[in-house]
Amino acid sequence: MKRYSAFAVAREALRYHTGWERAWRSPEPKRRYDVIIVGAGGHGLATAYFLGKNFGITNVAVIEKGWLGGGNTGRNTTIIRSNYLQDPSAAIYEKARSLYETMSQDVNYNIMFSPRGVIMLAQTEHECRGYKRTAHANALQGVQTEWISPERVKELVPIINLEGPRYPVLGGLWQARGGTARHDAVAWGYARACSAMGMDIIQKCEVTGVRTEAGRVVGVDTTKGAIDCDKLGMVVAGNASVLSEQAGFRLPMESVALQALVSEPIKPCMDVVVMANTVHGYLSQSDKGEMVIGGGTDVYNNYTQRGSFNHVEETVRALNETFPMMSRLKMLRQWGGIVDVTGDRSPIISSTPVGGCFVNCGWGTGGFKAIPGSGWAMAELMATGHSKLAEEFTMTRFREGKFIDESVAAGVAH
Amino acid sequence: MLILECPYCGVNAEETELSAGGEAHLKRFGPGSSDDNFHDYLFVRENPRGVHLERWRHANGCGKWFHAARCTTTLEVFGTYSAQTTEPPQEIKDKISARRPGWSWREFS
Repeated sequence: MKRYSAFAVAREALRYHTGWERAWRSPEPKRRYDVIIVGAGGHGLATAYFLGKNFGITNVAVIEKGWLGGGNTGRNTTIIRSNYLQDPSAAIYEKARSLYETMSQDVNYNIMFSPRGVIMLAQTEHECRGYKRTAHANALQGVQTEWISPERVKELVPIINLEGPRYPVLGGLWQARGGTARHDAVAWGYARACSAMGMDIIQKCEVTGVRTEAGRVVGVDTTKGAIDCDKLGMVVAGNASVLSEQAGFRLPMESVALQALVSEPIKPCMDVVVMANTVHGYLSQSDKGEMVIGGGTDVYNNYTQRGSFNHVEETVRALNETFPMMSRLKMLRQWGGIVDVTGDRSPIISSTPVGGCFVNCGWGTGGFKAIPGSGWAMAELMATGHSKLAEEFTMTRFREGKFIDESVAAGVAH
Repeated sequence: MLILECPYCGVNAEETELSAGGEAHLKRFGPGSSDDNFHDYLFVRENPRGVHLERWRHANGCGKWFHAARCTTTLEVFGTYSAQTTEPPQEIKDKISARRPGWSWREFS
């Protein structure tokens, strides 16, 4: 793999850009790999990357039924933050946020990480108490956040209307080191780094069955034939229930559509990320100038990658009250992704009843921000059998009653 | 937009008039049951790509609970039926079979 650099840009400029190579290979699958990761989204590719980087395991295939990064990795609103209440969540999301800071250098691919700051608006008394509590918890966890006044919110976000008749802005939880990144580039950067380590990324290859012998995984059947493996990692977000049934176990999970939309591009008007959890809306401005708007989840199971129309209206109506200038904006595009929601709204990074088979799912409405931390923990779990970051996120926690109660933080808005 | 016919009042209600109640025909396990059964009853859910049976409530209408048979990938509705049953009636099963031959959902098919 040739390194990307200012020198490379200059060199290619001098020879009509004929020397750029493909960012990753697209090989046919081999008969056998040490590790197979199912799902070439951010989490799957990050898992493969850290298996190679941290543990030297490079005989790895990442199998994807569609195209790389075409699921929730390419459908989220790219927000990165780590202001969680519970210790296990704060630890893994903060790990991810800190890895995002250096990711462009680590993988030699510009992911356009923009630590522009994230505000979570408090619009009810209950939220004020909740976010003050979170700020105190974050101080103990070593996550830098602070409770800010409505006046400070107005300074940071001049276009906001503090005095909305229904939900006035009473303050906010401010994480200055949160922000956004280019979501596709996260998948592409990891894919390029994995391919350079000799891993095979196999797209348009759907897993149709999981083969086990004596309670241990021995391989998978795919649309490109059977492939053997020692260890299997399932990192398929909304489709985790379908894949786990093939392996013979069930997950405490349901899949629903979560949607987002973007406006026409306008001049820069807001240089932070604003989340309003009470009204289920979150907003940032992309580098192209589009206002990126995240909405709510559907209330019923589905795999449509589309989302209900009424949520668009609810989200935009709520944002119009808080950002009156948005009422004149036309919306350009709307889309949905299938998110996997667990019983306690926290993820599952866990071994399974099938030997050698591991699962990483349940990120629900907030997976993008966790990609590097999730990959780090999943790789450690798959390589060594234990990960400190992941130990609270087992799938057996529901049986034991050891929930990670983040539903307030993670139920909808991420 | 999802539209379901309430089997009680006959109204064709769209989804803002309804509230979703999750998986249908759950068998309840309480004190004295095994840990496995209790865990599965509380947390483990059918999450199929395809035919799904659910509970719904006509919240902004007659207020009654009912059941619906629906496809989770196309949102096609096969039919709705009474809440006073522990399994889908033959008529609903036939309607599903007409559209999705060979379907199965839990022990029903």
